[in-house]
Amino acid sequence: MTDATMTYTLSDPHHVRAAEHAGPASKRIVTAYGFWIFILSDMVMFSAFFATYAVLLGQTAGGPSGAELFDLRNVAIETGFLLASSFTCGLATIAADARNKFSFQIAMAVTCVFGLAFLTIEAREFASLVARGAGPTRSAFLSAFFTLVGCHGLHVSAGILWLLTMMAQVYAKGFRADIQRRLLCFALFWHALDIIWIAVFTVVYLLGSAV
Amino acid sequence: MLGKLNWSAIPIDQPIPMITSAVVALGILGVLAWVVLRGHLPYLWEEWITSVDHKRIGVMYTLLAMVMLLRGFADAIMMRGQQAFAFNSQGYLPPEHFNQIFSAHGTIMIFFVAMPFVIGLMNLVVPLQLGVRDVAFPTLNSVGFWLTATGALLVNISLVIGEFARTGWLPYPPLSELTYSPGVGVDYYLWSLEISGVGTLVAGINLVTTVLKLRTRGMNLLRMPMFCWTTLASNLLIIAAFPILTATLAMLILDRYFGFHFFTNDAGGNMMMFMNLIWAWGHPEVYILVLPAFGVFSEVVSTFSGKPLFGYRSMVLATMAICIISFMVWLHHFFTMGAGPNVNAIFGIASMIIAVPTGVKIYNWLFTMYGGRVRFTTPMLWSIGFMVTFIIGGLTGVLVAVPPADFMLHNSLFLVAHFHNVIIGGVLFGAFAGYTYWFPKAFGFRLHEGFGKAGFWFWLIGFYVAFMPLYAVGMLGMTRRMQHYDVPEWRPWLIVAAFGAVLILIGIIFQILQLVVSIRDREELRDRTGDPWNGRSLEWATASPPPVFNFAIAPEVRSEDAYWTMKLQAQRQEIEKSEPAYRDIEMPRNSPTGFVCAFFATIMGFALIWHIWWMVAAGLIGAFATFVAFAWRDHDEYVIPAAEVARIDRANLAERRALLVTAGSA
Amino acid sequence: MNILDPQGPIGAANATILIDSVAIMLTIVLPTIIAIFAFAFWFRASNTKAHYWPDWEYSGRIELVVWSIPALTVILLGGVAWIGSHQLDPATPVEGTGSPVRIQVVSLDWKWLFIYPDQRIATVNTLTVPVGAPLRFELTSGSVMNVFFIPRLGSMIYTMNGMVTRLHLRADNEGDLQGLSAHFSGDGFPNMLFDVHIISPLAFPDWVAKTAGSDQVLNEDSYTRLARQSVEQSTLTFRLGDPLLFHAIATQMIPPAPGPKITSEAAQSYIGASDAR
Repeated sequence: MTDATMTYTLSDPHHVRAAEHAGPASKRIVTAYGFWIFILSDMVMFSAFFATYAVLLGQTAGGPSGAELFDLRNVAIETGFLLASSFTCGLATIAADARNKFSFQIAMAVTCVFGLAFLTIEAREFASLVARGAGPTRSAFLSAFFTLVGCHGLHVSAGILWLLTMMAQVYAKGFRADIQRRLLCFALFWHALDIIWIAVFTVVYLLGSAV
Repeated sequence: MLGKLNWSAIPIDQPIPMITSAVVALGILGVLAWVVLRGHLPYLWEEWITSVDHKRIGVMYTLLAMVMLLRGFADAIMMRGQQAFAFNSQGYLPPEHFNQIFSAHGTIMIFFVAMPFVIGLMNLVVPLQLGVRDVAFPTLNSVGFWLTATGALLVNISLVIGEFARTGWLPYPPLSELTYSPGVGVDYYLWSLEISGVGTLVAGINLVTTVLKLRTRGMNLLRMPMFCWTTLASNLLIIAAFPILTATLAMLILDRYFGFHFFTNDAGGNMMMFMNLIWAWGHPEVYILVLPAFGVFSEVVSTFSGKPLFGYRSMVLATMAICIISFMVWLHHFFTMGAGPNVNAIFGIASMIIAVPTGVKIYNWLFTMYGGRVRFTTPMLWSIGFMVTFIIGGLTGVLVAVPPADFMLHNSLFLVAHFHNVIIGGVLFGAFAGYTYWFPKAFGFRLHEGFGKAGFWFWLIGFYVAFMPLYAVGMLGMTRRMQHYDVPEWRPWLIVAAFGAVLILIGIIFQILQLVVSIRDREELRDRTGDPWNGRSLEWATASPPPVFNFAIAPEVRSEDAYWTMKLQAQRQEIEKSEPAYRDIEMPRNSPTGFVCAFFATIMGFALIWHIWWMVAAGLIGAFATFVAFAWRDHDEYVIPAAEVARIDRANLAERRALLVTAGSA
Repeated sequence: MNILDPQGPIGAANATILIDSVAIMLTIVLPTIIAIFAFAFWFRASNTKAHYWPDWEYSGRIELVVWSIPALTVILLGGVAWIGSHQLDPATPVEGTGSPVRIQVVSLDWKWLFIYPDQRIATVNTLTVPVGAPLRFELTSGSVMNVFFIPRLGSMIYTMNGMVTRLHLRADNEGDLQGLSAHFSGDGFPNMLFDVHIISPLAFPDWVAKTAGSDQVLNEDSYTRLARQSVEQSTLTFRLGDPLLFHAIATQMIPPAPGPKITSEAAQSYIGASDAR
């Protein structure tokens, strides 16, 4: 490289270059970014289940279809619980930012209760479907239904395990920096589950009942 | 109590798996005994098994890949042998055995050779090239590696306990459903890949976050080495594609375990849905494999031509274009399923479009050599071999992307030759080039050149002798996966192909010899400066092997080819004269989380395969407990005091200074 | 089974497209390969005559050419692909002489069943057709996926249970060919080769009459026996007892064929040689 080229490469006489890259980002940003990417990947997985559901929607093999099976009142109640749990999770996040242990634990406990209520209603719905002979082995449509909705339910269950673990962590160790980062990830996860649920009840229950 | 497991699961009447397993078991026991008796176990545990250092994890990934290459190649040479013999005869492998061999061959080569090899190279090199201390999530990195190892372990256990899948490396239903594959083989496949798939996803998240959020000061995206760009593209594809694989295999698991009807013949199942889903993953997968290889070639060709990479921005554009288009071509894997002319034609054209950025890359490498001073080291030989071989593979690929041509060639040995052409010529040659190129950085001494070149020539010639006949026999109508045949025209080609496999075997033997001799002669081959090739990017700016913290002072970057610029600057401005101000460095603590988690995953996987439900529960609880234990630790970092950093760095700088004074010409 | 020696118009058209595409691509590929060797050799480090441009890393003109060459090739081949896909769609009927012959194909484990509904006959592992007549195939599977392929006659197509795929071919020369399954379907898969006899259109009705004299009848019962997993070495012939048999198979009124029999507890974990046959 000639001297002239070298000098030009290092200088910026016309101030063309914007702010130089400042270096590696902070731990909090890196953790949140990585977790967002994980959530995106999880959404891709759900998309595969959604696509399969859409394709197998009509394959009832002579058995019942969605319109005959779905109880929208139930769905409304469980949706209410899940949305409320997202709200209380938000309250828990605010409490964590304010370093208020008591409010945090209360908000998380209520979130847990609402989440368990959602799961109970969903489990009851599944059990009643199976009892009516409309279990997942009845037809491809029902296999897809149980898997899509059930996968969301499994994620909620895992979320509740995580929730309880975070309550224990804050109780034992307080609002340490790494625990705060984990709380951030947990909150992202819990809210993302809500978003997925909105897609689920729209595509599965609302559109399914309209048919 | 033990589910479906009983003593008859061990195939005592089949000599080949029994003898192989005995030999492997003896080998493992021998190595374990040597390690324990020589007192190496504490070292191994503290420095490697619980390591969260990206360099160590990268080496372990690569080692896993190379060991599994031996298993996958053993399958390959058995298949070539069978097909050379089995004309009007059953050969020496009965169908149920041959069918497991080709299924295991593909599964192992894609998931446990190619993936770990490229992920290993990316792990080792990317943080160094970005001028940072580690990847974004070091402990997660360890978890990802050990889960991949779990998958490999489960596949190998199937050799001696039970059987492997007999469906091919992608288990198409209805053949893979319980009705037509009632044994445990498909279950081994499914759980092994579900578990290692988590590992791969974790690696994807790690590397994307690292490239986008952890670069040293001054390294804008357009100043990154090309290998980091291909890492970004490949790992974006991992994040977007692997969840589809997870979902699809989960659906097949639900069909097999709980009687669901996703892909069954009856109750409305749709086998075509499996094809669409699995190839929506499958096609991006091959680009996940080849993009890092392209990155390796960019590094190697520019270093050994003594010139910067030609058309850097064009290469970035081409890489990201490949990344996006790879999601739009999946139907070309089943043109013959009858989708209709419009659909077929659109996907055919999309498949051809992806050849445009790929062609651009080849031409840019070509013009990187133009006006350069080309040194024919082993990595450069692999690169030139790749360029020629990959073009031919690309030609046959574009050919089968034309639906009417595919109507004659689908599933034939022509197709098999095509994808081996691009995977061996592209991915494997790139992996070998990267292995040879970065070996001194990882271990502090170079690999023996003579054995390296011998290995290259036998691989190259062996590849052509093994696979060009397969193009011919595919044109003669032979389809893939045939355990025996009675068409006389096919036989001569298959015999030649078997001979090619033997040539490749000799190449592999040379590579093993290369490693053994290099370790023996490591003092002569020692790399004292950290820059054995007169490199251009930041990994060569630190010692070989780098200290655990990679760089004593985080480098500041002002241009592309950051290290090359630094060397030229140093030559002119002698900035290396004054010592930098050393500071304390915080590094992540080692952790057994990855290894222990994988231990429980292995137990869970095995238990799921054999329907031992209490063991599944135990494994799940164990895995969860491992994560809680990890979350509970109070100190996740340790500090290296400034004085220690200074001591390490001074020792490394002494040799480096001599090199910098004489550097500047190629 | 040489696909470059076609015996019918579909095969011939496919082969032509194949050869033309290779030729088009070779015009780019061969000079590129030569350039790779030439550049690497000329610019080798020991060649002091070669110029060394250590800072040369961009040329707009070269970029333009380098993007255009593959792009133009792809546009050309894309046109070939579009036109070819439409002209050679397997479901498009083929013209010919004489009345069309309808053949209903069922892939089984591990043999091929050919039903001639108009002639009320059926054969296993052997396909006899008249020269020059349009051949209209309707295909399904009795169990797992297979692919019906006669390399010297033309395109291949999947067979899937519960679905019907369509293929149209024509054979233009008398003679004997071979076909096979081009999709792995289990332990007996390599045995799924079948003979194709192309005979004169005058001899065809005689062959039909002879086959109709068979003492075996193909109906739901004999079909169910045939569909069990086995390798069929002989070529069986049948009278077609039920003209709607194919429809029953394709719509799953006759359920899909069963898989391997589990004869022992041992076989639960590992299916040995004896179980598959």
